[in-house]
Order: sequence, then C-alpha cells, then structure tokens
Amino acid sequence: MQGDKVVVRVLMTHEMESGQRKDADGKVIPAYFIREVSARHNGRPVLAAQWGPAVSKNPFLQFTFAGGKPGDRIQVSWVDSKGDTRTDETTIS
Amino acid sequence: MTFHRRAILKWGGAATLASVAGALRPRTAAAQGWNQAAFSGKSLDEIVKALGGAGYTPTKAVSWGATPDIAENGAAVQVSIASALPRTQAIAVVIEKNPGPLAAHFEVPPGTDAAIVTRFKMAQTSSVHAVVKADGKYFVSTREIRVTFGGCG
Repeated sequence: MQGDKVVVRVLMTHEMESGQRKDADGKVIPAYFIREVSARHNGRPVLAAQWGPAVSKNPFLQFTFAGGKPGDRIQVSWVDSKGDTRTDETTIS
Repeated sequence: MTFHRRAILKWGGAATLASVAGALRPRTAAAQGWNQAAFSGKSLDEIVKALGGAGYTPTKAVSWGATPDIAENGAAVQVSIASALPRTQAIAVVIEKNPGPLAAHFEVPPGTDAAIVTRFKMAQTSSVHAVVKADGKYFVSTREIRVTFGGCG
C-alpha cells in the first residue's frame, strides 16, 4: 500500500484489427479498434485515452491514481471505431 | 492493516453491469472525440503539431520502466512510460516505423500518476517516442526497441 494510491489494471476483449492484414483472398481486412477509453473514480475522470490500431489485441492498460479507498467505484468505458461502446465497473478492494 | 488497493477489471461476461452501461452512455458520447489528424500523422513532427504543440524538446525526465530493449513478439510489446516532468498533462506513444506511428494518447488529470503501461503492436524494429505534454509544453524521450518477430502482419 502506498498512501491512497490505487493501481488499476484493465484487460479488455477486443480484436484490435490493424487494417494491415489480408484475408485468404488477398483483400485487406479493415481496421477495427478501440478509439477512446475513459476511466472514472466515483464519477470523477482519472484517465482519458485515444488509441490507434497499434494497441495490441485484447488491450492491457495499467495506471495509478490517488485518493481512492476500499469500496470506491471504478468505471472504465470504451468506444470503438464502429461506434460500439462498453462500460464496466468494479470496486476497490 | 495493509491493503493492496487494486481494482482489477476484466471484460467478458459482466452482464450485471448492463444498467450501469446505459446510464453512462450520454457522457461517453460527449467525449472530446478522436484526433484523426494526429493518428494520420506520418512523422513525430506532424504528430506533435496535430496534438497542438509548436515543437518539442528532448527530455531525460521520462523513465521506461520494464520496457524491453528486444521484443521477441511484435504483436504485444509491453511499454511502460513514466514522466517526472512537473504538471504532466498528457503522454503519447509514437512508434516511428509503424504504418500509423501514433499508437496511443493518454490524458492524465491531476491526481493521476503520469505513468502508463500498455501493450502495442510493432511492425519492425523502431524508435519509440514518449511525447509528454507538461505545463503546456511538449517533451520527447526516445527508446529503440528491437523486434525479432513483427506483429502488424
């Protein structure tokens, strides 16, 4: 424990297609990737990210913020290049 | 009493959160939007400009943590960047020889450490730049990462 620092580790499930690959017929597989990620602690923004297709498949993200305590809510949302979004929430343990 | 205050989120099967997701959508939609110009930039200079910087200066105040010198698998190179520059506002990762060099841009509000860890695809051995915006100015730290098996194909 380091004061009130909270280490957040996020694993997302997403193809993160680069737009560089070709299918069996030689056609380019279009890029499809998470573009924006945001994280909130009890509703307060603690990180905002914009990503390109170079972020690895099933993205991993780690960051640290101050001011958290056990039981507080952490929400992480993403929006991908097709406009699909996902939000998940957990509590600090 | 000791706590390891870790919040671990794992995507994939959290159906109970559906109502939360619905409530959050309006705010997500109001996000500032994806910086098309920066992600289309082909050089570090172009990218810094598209991010809003007039130029940049080299810095030694960035540490690369456990970032490898040699990556065996270019499909997932774990890059760790921490800025010791006062009032760091944003950190961007630019992989020079990737088809789209700007890989990611993180805004770091006050109260959040100026440090991120993420995994990236690297097409080939390349210089990797950490572009740090601190107190309104842009700074760059560069690392060479050798890739023995490219990951963009």
